Amino acid sequence: MTRYIVRRLLLTIPVLFGIVLTVFFLNRVLPGDTCHALLGERATAAQCEDFNHRQGFDRPIVVQFGDYLGQVSRGDLGASLRTSESVTSLLVERLPVTVELSAFALLFAVSVGVPLGILAANRRNSAIDVLTVAGANVGVSIPIFVLGLLLAFVFAILLKGTPLALPPSGRLSPGISIAPLAQTWGLADLGGPPRAILDFFSNMATFNALVTGNWSVLADALRHLVLPAIALGTIPLAIITRITRSSLLDVIGLDYIRTARAKGLSDQRVVRRHALPNAMLPVITIIGLQMGSLLGGAVLTETIFNLSGVGRAVSESIAARDYAVVQGFVLVIALGYLAINLIVDLSYAFLDPRIRLS
Amino acid sequence: MALPGDAHAASGVLRDTMRNALHQRNAVVGMLILGFFVVIAVFADQLAGSTPDQVLIGVEQGVTKSSPPCIHLLGCPATEPEHLMGTDSNVRDEFSRVIHGTRVSLFVGFITVGFAILIGALLGLLAGYVGGWTDNLIMRTMDVLLVFPALLLAIGIVTALGQSLINAQLAIGIVGIPIYARIMRASVLSVKESDYVTAARALGESAFGLIFRRILPNAVTPLVVAATLGIASAVLDVAALSFLGLGAQPPLAEWGSMIGQESGRLFTAPHLIFFPGIALALTVFGFNLLGDGLRDALDPRLNR
Repeated sequence: MTRYIVRRLLLTIPVLFGIVLTVFFLNRVLPGDTCHALLGERATAAQCEDFNHRQGFDRPIVVQFGDYLGQVSRGDLGASLRTSESVTSLLVERLPVTVELSAFALLFAVSVGVPLGILAANRRNSAIDVLTVAGANVGVSIPIFVLGLLLAFVFAILLKGTPLALPPSGRLSPGISIAPLAQTWGLADLGGPPRAILDFFSNMATFNALVTGNWSVLADALRHLVLPAIALGTIPLAIITRITRSSLLDVIGLDYIRTARAKGLSDQRVVRRHALPNAMLPVITIIGLQMGSLLGGAVLTETIFNLSGVGRAVSESIAARDYAVVQGFVLVIALGYLAINLIVDLSYAFLDPRIRLS
Repeated sequence: MALPGDAHAASGVLRDTMRNALHQRNAVVGMLILGFFVVIAVFADQLAGSTPDQVLIGVEQGVTKSSPPCIHLLGCPATEPEHLMGTDSNVRDEFSRVIHGTRVSLFVGFITVGFAILIGALLGLLAGYVGGWTDNLIMRTMDVLLVFPALLLAIGIVTALGQSLINAQLAIGIVGIPIYARIMRASVLSVKESDYVTAARALGESAFGLIFRRILPNAVTPLVVAATLGIASAVLDVAALSFLGLGAQPPLAEWGSMIGQESGRLFTAPHLIFFPGIALALTVFGFNLLGDGLRDALDPRLNR
């Protein structure tokens, strides 16, 4: 197992380098003029020259890359070219919003998708099965932005005034705010990475409200999360349902399941103890893969539901050609995705002895 | 020169798949939906009545902006001008725009995936056929491309290239390349060492002939299946970029950008979001069903 983990970790190093390289060159080599984007269309040539010199953009690209690599390896993501705010502090502010949203979307997708897939597979060709498969096909076909707007229309407009009404934008209702954990816990003097981590968790409204026992705020934050989480989670839900169903059907057709049945085990026990553990492998892979696409979908969801998360921050910074922010954010996102893939692979090895022993 | 198991047999697989597909409920429904949209796209001018970009102020009596659908047969007063899907906020006929949007979306789907397949298949072919460090270089580059969330990478590419429908297609196409490269490489590897290829090589077939007459036909079927599903997601993703203002630019009647333009009027004119939204979802649904059906048809376990 240790050998497998070490080998898998070593394999990520070239990919890691590839990511940093891609992020860097995608931002620098492709056309587009940072100076005019940041200083305005009427910036003079002299102003631009000065700007490029101050930012180090006039040095050879290889030197710039070397510098960047050194900086990143020290954990320094630089500062926004526009506002000079450090990219790390921007991340601490924006990333929790996206993580919270994605976590709830995934929770929705998994907690509904897996049982639904199992149910459909157990009652193959029944009405439930046919409806589930059809529903999954519809689910992967509805664009996030159409579904999001549809949900907002139904729950914020049609159901307005009823108990089912849900807020279509923002993270908390106007007038409701939440104190940073550092302040609540009297840790205002804390600095450095521990403070960044504390602020990160503090900025997840649901987490903050939960640990401080602020129930009314927690309820409000959850109500604001329902619609975006459903909008973002529907495509993963459809995919997870489909994979669970087909994977379970594949396993149920195998000989050892027939043996288990022949031993006289109940249907429920056969599915739960014998079929499910093996059927879950592809499901776990898909869940991992979905986490990556959630981040893409988050751009759309955050735009529709007016949430200031990473997705929106990246698309805004790209439009403004704020390389430093884009680089930092995309790097962190890609690293997160890489880490998720690693965890998925390791959990695979944990669940299937054939993989860890090969 | 005809060798056993060569191109004829391979195109036979494709033919079998197509024939099986006709017995798949999904594939048939998908084909019907897509056929419907193709007819709409071909006869858009005849169906739409007015041109999609025509601003109707001063052209039509009593027309108002963002008005809800008005169909005389369904009880809409005859004094109001008839608009099957209402008018948009620029006082254009929404029905005409949705109809013409069909052309854009189908065109976008085929061109985008066509580009991705062309490049992806060439890269996969090269990687699989040449092998060695060429293979490594190409496939590791594909791996890195796959590490980025697709839509985010596409947003980055579009912003660098400039905002237009063509650039959005290019970006989504680039993001799709690794999938086709992988499929192609796998197919090449599986047939490269087979006896009939060796036989063809022994008979003096050129590398070009080997690739295009012996190897390529074997990879066509999985590529067709992947492409059908690929079109579904390409249509979705290009529409998403257009929704964000990074793809099709006004006044072009493209569903994603139509929804993006009117998303602020959800409260007052929801029909301007629903009609293009339903059209978009239905098109994607059609491609997904057809792709699913083809995939099932390709599965030998279902061959009886």
